[in-house]
Amino acid sequence: MLQLLWLIPLLPLAGFAANGLLGARLLPRRIVALVGCGSVLAAFALSLGAVLELGGIAPPSDGMEGAARFTQTLFEWLPMGQTPGGSDLTVSWGYALDPLSAVMILVVTGIGFLIHVYSIGYMEHEPRAGFARFFAYLNLFMAMMLTLVLGSSLPVVFVGWEGVGLCSYLLIGFWYDRMFDEKAKMSCADAGRKAFLTNRVGDVGFVLGMLILFGATGTLDIQGILEGAGSIDPWWCGAAALLLFLGACGKSAQIPLYIWLPDAMAGPTPVSALIHAATMVTAGVYVTCRMAPLYMHAPGAMLIVAVVGGLTALFAAIVGIAQDDIKKVLAYSTVSQLGYMMLAAGAGAFTASVFHLMTHAFFKALLFLGAGSVIHAMAGEQDIRRMGGLRRHLPITHATFAVAVLAIAGIPPFAGFFSKDEILAGVLRAGGGSGSPAALALWGLGILTAAITAFYMTRLYLLVFAGAPRMPEETRHHLHESPAVMTLPLIVLALGSALAGFLGVPEFIGGLPNYLEHYLAPVFAASGHAAEHAQGGAALSEGTALGIALFASLAGIASAWAVYRRGPLAAGKGAAGPGVLTRLVKGRFYVDEAIDAVVLAPYRGLCRVAAAFDEKIVDRLVNSVGAAADLASQLGRLAQTGYVRNYALVFFFGTIVVLVFVVLR
Amino acid sequence: MRAEFFLLVAALLFTIGCVGVLVRRNAIVILMCIELMLNAVNLTFAAFAHESQSMTGHVFVFFVMTVAAAEAAVGLAIIIALFRRRRTTDIDDASLLRW
Repeated sequence: MLQLLWLIPLLPLAGFAANGLLGARLLPRRIVALVGCGSVLAAFALSLGAVLELGGIAPPSDGMEGAARFTQTLFEWLPMGQTPGGSDLTVSWGYALDPLSAVMILVVTGIGFLIHVYSIGYMEHEPRAGFARFFAYLNLFMAMMLTLVLGSSLPVVFVGWEGVGLCSYLLIGFWYDRMFDEKAKMSCADAGRKAFLTNRVGDVGFVLGMLILFGATGTLDIQGILEGAGSIDPWWCGAAALLLFLGACGKSAQIPLYIWLPDAMAGPTPVSALIHAATMVTAGVYVTCRMAPLYMHAPGAMLIVAVVGGLTALFAAIVGIAQDDIKKVLAYSTVSQLGYMMLAAGAGAFTASVFHLMTHAFFKALLFLGAGSVIHAMAGEQDIRRMGGLRRHLPITHATFAVAVLAIAGIPPFAGFFSKDEILAGVLRAGGGSGSPAALALWGLGILTAAITAFYMTRLYLLVFAGAPRMPEETRHHLHESPAVMTLPLIVLALGSALAGFLGVPEFIGGLPNYLEHYLAPVFAASGHAAEHAQGGAALSEGTALGIALFASLAGIASAWAVYRRGPLAAGKGAAGPGVLTRLVKGRFYVDEAIDAVVLAPYRGLCRVAAAFDEKIVDRLVNSVGAAADLASQLGRLAQTGYVRNYALVFFFGTIVVLVFVVLR
Repeated sequence: MRAEFFLLVAALLFTIGCVGVLVRRNAIVILMCIELMLNAVNLTFAAFAHESQSMTGHVFVFFVMTVAAAEAAVGLAIIIALFRRRRTTDIDDASLLRW
């Protein structure tokens, strides 16, 4: 199966080609769905086989600690020759499988498959051409995501990186003719463009970082870069790490480039689940973990990653409290959880980061699909103020959603509890386990975020499923549980959200070995994984820290219960109008508006100047040339009287002139 | 006979034709004036041919006569077409070919 590694990204690509070229005209829905889901299922099966076989490969026995690694070079992609310095710029198209990418491809193909299946039900009202287009885009996304994950050199990763960005754009703007935000006059196509352009900002960083790394190590192969990471000048190393992190900020929606993700909810809900929750947005975290040895050599960059991640986590969680659109709540929650992952990566707890990435993929995909099921039942209504009491009408959705809420809130034994705890423990251990103030502060951020996360998720749950129904009578009559094709993925994901945590039970609890950590340890071994296990000296024992985190979660849930249990809407009405703070949070701290004023407004001014220059100067110049020709012909046409005798007279005098000229010469 | 007489007559004929073309408005008269000019040229050709005892001039006269016949045929056809369309042969009425 390992030899078939190249097929894993290629299968969804073939599905894309089939559905994209033939789907809209020739293939019936059933075949389109079969091709779309089948190609991903096949990729999942291949991934599973390849990962199992990888487990049988002994790690390289060169004395170094290293992970089992399988590299497959397919062809020479960019034969650019050698630089004057003697380093080889030839880029091969190759895939590499190691435990880290193994975890990723299983998450991507596995959860991707479930979401594909779900989409069959969710998109059933779409006309056939749209249905085929949707599955074609989804398959293209899978192909690009797998290329990103498996790419063995940075340019190949970058192709996948841009590819998923493209698919994100296409799918956010899938309903390009619909309005997304009436108030801001933003259409779905605008939302897609916003995502694409914001990502471009980060991509500049990615490319520059790639160039610095090539300049410093003379290769673009990831393995080669990581092996040479130790010998890079610390300054350059930090610069490269920060530039790559800028790229990761764009893709993984960190401050200040997170603004696109909430608007990415313009896409169909399965897209939000697949791309904007489970897979694509984790690409930034993945690349950061992939380049872990590089980051380990740049402690300053690590600190920045951790701080940005922590702040993003807290900020987005606060904004999430006040959102009224079911998908917007989840979007800010995703931003917040991605911040969590970045926080872990910045603290050097890469395993925890990947662990949370995995569990988050389960429960956030589940939350989004559950939200999709709710929206489906509510005939497109997304405002949670008009929901309520859906527990009775959507029993399966309700049960699975509840599991996901418990998982993200960090209640044991659900998945989020373990991964969140591992991140918090990792942060606490950061900086050599001495309990430095910075580590403690970041840990405090994490705890606070955990409490707020529990609060807003409980609020969401209560407003949607509990209490009295608040929707119009007509909608209530049409409430129905989604078809099996949608509920089955929900159930599978709920099982995953409930059980995935047991892959990484912290060792001090015992009972189960920490499978994931043992599996990933070789990958991060070279990146000072040992430091994560520095015992003693920590400010808090692991047990105490865990207790505090759990208490924070419970406190969050309890306070949300207290506020929203009875009259969900009365909560905000008690005071005379919303306070300044409420308005600030409701308005998402006016970050979009601030960016608009600081970045976009000057840009628009520049555009107006350029347009004026074009119209007033360039266009006038061109137009005056035309006007001159026009004037000349106005004069010239006066000669054309139309009278034959005039022409004859001119002819006569002309002849005389010629004659005189000939005779006198 | 001296060639000068022939040439003088020819010049006179040519001038009459030329003035006729320039001042008359009737298309048929203009056509006739053109014939007059052509024949003046013919006369010149013949005079010089006789003077220099060369056959070239005589041959040229025949060519000119042929062309003149063709030209008269085409010209008359145009005038008839013009008359049918506009009920006049006044060429100042046929001044559409202008701005």
